[in-house]
Amino acid sequence: MFTTIQDLGRPGRRAAGVPPGGAMDRFALVAGNRLVGNPEGTAALECSLSGPTLVALRSCLVAVTGADFGLTLNGVPAPDWTGIFLTEGDRLAFRGGRRRGARVYVAVAGGLEAERWLGSAATYLLVGRGGVHGRTLHAGDELGMAGPMPRPAVAGRCLPVGLRPAYAQEPELAATAGPHARLLSPASRRAFFQERWTVSRDADRMGYRLEGETLQIKGEELISFGLTMGCVQVPPAGQPIVLMADHQTAGGYPVVAGVARSALPLAAQLLPGDHLCFREVTVETAQAEWRRQRAALDDLR
Amino acid sequence: MPAPRSLRIDPLGDAALLVELGRRVDTALNTRALALAAALRKRRDVREAVPGYASVTVYYDPEQVTYRGLVGAIERLADARPPAAPPGRLHRIPVVYDGPDLESAASELGLSVETLVRLHSEPTYRCFMIGFVPGWAYLGPLPEALRLPRRRVPRTHVPPGSVAVAGAQTGVYPLPTPGGWHLLGKTSLRLFLPQSDPPSLLRTGDRVKFFAVHADGGPS
Repeated sequence: MFTTIQDLGRPGRRAAGVPPGGAMDRFALVAGNRLVGNPEGTAALECSLSGPTLVALRSCLVAVTGADFGLTLNGVPAPDWTGIFLTEGDRLAFRGGRRRGARVYVAVAGGLEAERWLGSAATYLLVGRGGVHGRTLHAGDELGMAGPMPRPAVAGRCLPVGLRPAYAQEPELAATAGPHARLLSPASRRAFFQERWTVSRDADRMGYRLEGETLQIKGEELISFGLTMGCVQVPPAGQPIVLMADHQTAGGYPVVAGVARSALPLAAQLLPGDHLCFREVTVETAQAEWRRQRAALDDLR
Repeated sequence: MPAPRSLRIDPLGDAALLVELGRRVDTALNTRALALAAALRKRRDVREAVPGYASVTVYYDPEQVTYRGLVGAIERLADARPPAAPPGRLHRIPVVYDGPDLESAASELGLSVETLVRLHSEPTYRCFMIGFVPGWAYLGPLPEALRLPRRRVPRTHVPPGSVAVAGAQTGVYPLPTPGGWHLLGKTSLRLFLPQSDPPSLLRTGDRVKFFAVHADGGPS
């Protein structure tokens, strides 16, 4: 079990070396919150690889979004991406066996009680802050609700499949060419945007190391500069790294691409062994795809 | 006046961009980066502007400004002469020079340990950038006589407070992390301050002077 409390992160502290952090799949977090009537950045559970078993200590409204781990309610298959009403003693579980994706989000009407650090409840494991004592959840932890349900609880609100991100085990990630794409050899620049990449075992909330064609990049190490989620770095060995939510805030490796915001939820749902490819887009195209994706969430308000 | 030749602006995805003012470790370039970041932070369409050695990474709100529009505004701002920068705050950091790499670094550099310590604690370093992990400060430039490549095999665990050098840089590990720098000593001073906001003791533009102390805390 690798479950933490996450929200939309703590922006504004990068100049002190603190990454925003927060949910890897921000679309799923926001959708879950909207389905239960919460403000979009309310703290919720992010469950990686396999889900926990959750027992309701009192009645509440929840929504489970993101990956599909085979959600069950009291042993019976239950719909995800849908508001579900739980009464005391109800048991939410996952049948296990990964069916699609890597991370499930559990949003609760009223939000989860959590420790806040620098304006966010997001768990940041490196410094042990946020969420539940800055750590992953343990069996036996009791989670409180942060407040009353924000509006009358309505179960059954649902986000149709067609409005969810196109999660896949081999997604195409829209990405802009990065500042140092020019340092790639012409053949490597073509390969970067055409070849299939594999997520290596070295993949966590900080970033994913990819395996595939060895990229030829002009050797110089650059002087360090600020980074963001989605930056694709190429260390001298030529295997790229995609930076994810808890990424290092600065680095000196060449950045050859930046994954578009609309494609980050697809990246967030990948596991070691999954494949991906990059599709080069302009900034304007990427922003238009983001607006289309967000429009689906606005229908849920 | 046209934008300086060396200015480059490129996207980092669809809500951030990188402004590169140059490619050298240079106080004047770093001062320009700080001034540009400060000017950009005043804009409503900019969420964060983080100065690097010779760059600014800008996180913007695409609902308020187009990429092209922001690039134009940055080119105009980068042309402006930066206001005279006040000297950064000066921090004096006590160091017990007893690190596990002290002797091997000295012999690799062809120096005595005493000379290495004196050369490391002599300059006033500039904090060129904060980043990598919370509270990490990139300090420099290191005297030429102390420059070593990174260790061939990085350590998997470097204790916080370790004072280290690599290339033209020196720094203090704020957190227990892996690291490939040469460990010269340690300080009791905490650089990551989780109870403070911002949670970093040092800021870009600050100045740092190390001084040697004995393990019991007295002057060396």
